Amino acid sequence: MSQIPALIPGTLLFTAFAALFAGLIRVSWGYALTVLGIGTSFVISLMGVSAVLQEGELRYHLGGWQPPLGIEWVLDPLSAFMVTLITGIGFTVIVYAPRSIRFETPGKEGFFYPSIALLLAGLAGVSLTGDVFNLYIFIEIAALAAYALLAVGDRRAPVAVFRYLIFGAVGGGFYLLGVGFLYYSAGTLNMADLAERIPELYQSRSVIAAAVLMVTGLGLKMALFPMHLWLPDVYNFAPSVSAGLIAPIMTKVSAYAIVRLFLDVFHPSFFVETLPITTLVGWLAVGGILVGSILAIAQSDFRRMLAYSSVGQISYVALGIGLANPIGLIGGLLHIVNHALMKGCLFLIGGNVRLRTGLVEIPRFAGLGRAMPWTMVAFTVAALAMVGIPPTAGFFSKYYLLLGSVDAGNWIFFAVIIVSSLLSAIYFFRVLEMVYREAPESAEGEGGGSDGGGAHPGGEAPASMLVPVLALAVAILLVGIFNVVIVDRLLEPAVAPLAE
Amino acid sequence: MEFFIGRYSYYLIAALLVVGLYGITWKRNMLKKVIGMTVFQTAIYLFFIQGATKIGATIPIYDPELGLDPVDYLNPLPHVMILTAIVVGVAVTGIALALLLRIQRAYGSLDEGTVIRKMREGR
Repeated sequence: MSQIPALIPGTLLFTAFAALFAGLIRVSWGYALTVLGIGTSFVISLMGVSAVLQEGELRYHLGGWQPPLGIEWVLDPLSAFMVTLITGIGFTVIVYAPRSIRFETPGKEGFFYPSIALLLAGLAGVSLTGDVFNLYIFIEIAALAAYALLAVGDRRAPVAVFRYLIFGAVGGGFYLLGVGFLYYSAGTLNMADLAERIPELYQSRSVIAAAVLMVTGLGLKMALFPMHLWLPDVYNFAPSVSAGLIAPIMTKVSAYAIVRLFLDVFHPSFFVETLPITTLVGWLAVGGILVGSILAIAQSDFRRMLAYSSVGQISYVALGIGLANPIGLIGGLLHIVNHALMKGCLFLIGGNVRLRTGLVEIPRFAGLGRAMPWTMVAFTVAALAMVGIPPTAGFFSKYYLLLGSVDAGNWIFFAVIIVSSLLSAIYFFRVLEMVYREAPESAEGEGGGSDGGGAHPGGEAPASMLVPVLALAVAILLVGIFNVVIVDRLLEPAVAPLAE
Repeated sequence: MEFFIGRYSYYLIAALLVVGLYGITWKRNMLKKVIGMTVFQTAIYLFFIQGATKIGATIPIYDPELGLDPVDYLNPLPHVMILTAIVVGVAVTGIALALLLRIQRAYGSLDEGTVIRKMREGR
């Protein structure tokens, strides 16, 4: 049992390595290994959740070296929550992947699958590690895999990814510099050890510099407004599978790392009182929510709309950090899982539509409700969740965030959440209306590129792509209905340091 | 003056960081951006190495003549961290160069303005 924290990233790393060589011999072998590896890690994560609920947190010391000198991996409620989300989304996407990749980026499958496993290994490592330098390494592993996965899109993708890479490298650099300041003032890298030593050093200028640098670096990586400029192009030009995998979990993991720093490394009072970092993050989040939602309305490309909406949605998580009270932070953390399910579902739906019709422009979506009924049922669920209609998952995270704003007495945050829900209603109902409109008959000028017997001859997506999308839609409903379980068992203990 | 002499290396590192950031933000040529990124990363490596400097100490391998006094040995941890960070930096640079290769092939230029203009036109 105590090996679980190491087994999850370990399995994924080994999978990436083995699948690369298997894929060189025969692509299907590489694919089979990846599915097996990611599936196994998902099962281990679920076992990890049950172990954490029964026995409390599990700590694993790499190579038997005792912390604070050795590297420690920690499975506590919050990290168990994160790895289950990461491996779960990963498993859904890998089941979905083959048809879509073969269609959008033929000939690259052999390298695609190992990169997915490597990305998940990096993200799982970030969630589990109890060491601030180790976190840097894993965040960079995940970023390297993400660059590769995103850059195989159309011919504009490398330009967008190059910008992402520069932003990411600077973000990683700031974080590493912060680690340096922290190490030279506190003399340790272990998170639990740091938490004991830092309170004496609250007035030290280098600890303050460390906090600022680390949060800035992670802010760049999580696309916190106004550092989000790299994001829309990257998601827009990427293959559907990459966007469907990376949009849900990549930026969230950086947000999670900020939460870790906030709760477990620096004491919450440091981020709230000594240095008003959370307040700043909260107000930046307000900017991100408004800018992301308004720009999403202006887009006619479906993927670009989703990308801008991601900027807005990641800001909800940041808003939860900004509220800095238990119920607000629970809302932010719950939004990590909710948004991951919703955005994963939506990007994969975009992939289904692209496979069958080749369309990405919203004005040409008319008639899809009839041509692809099941995909569009999933789309309806996800869109309602994005707007925040109960009982979908999206409602509850916003509800907790609203309660948190009331708790903090911050009525501007309250108003922003309401307004942005209305804005997302505008851009999602616009698509819904288009989807369920009658298909234009083929002689529509430039609209509806295909012709002969209805605008969309392709029909419903193949089962391997439809089932993951529907599974995500069902998950959105289930997480919405059973959110109390997640909140009570996993998130409530995680935000305990705030309640003191 | 003494304050400055005691810390001159940190000022040099800060200057390198600024040079790197300048290259990343102001240079139009993408290859120069990569160079700026490398300078920026190198400055961070130097920051760690500088912090671990100890005059009069030796490599951290037990020497019976010196005994176990930690004053006589260097702290190996920053060096190990930076070795790892250098590996990460090399991988990032490698991917950046691979991307530049593809950009050069697709657009025939590495100038940011030209590439973005062609992207808009080519649609």
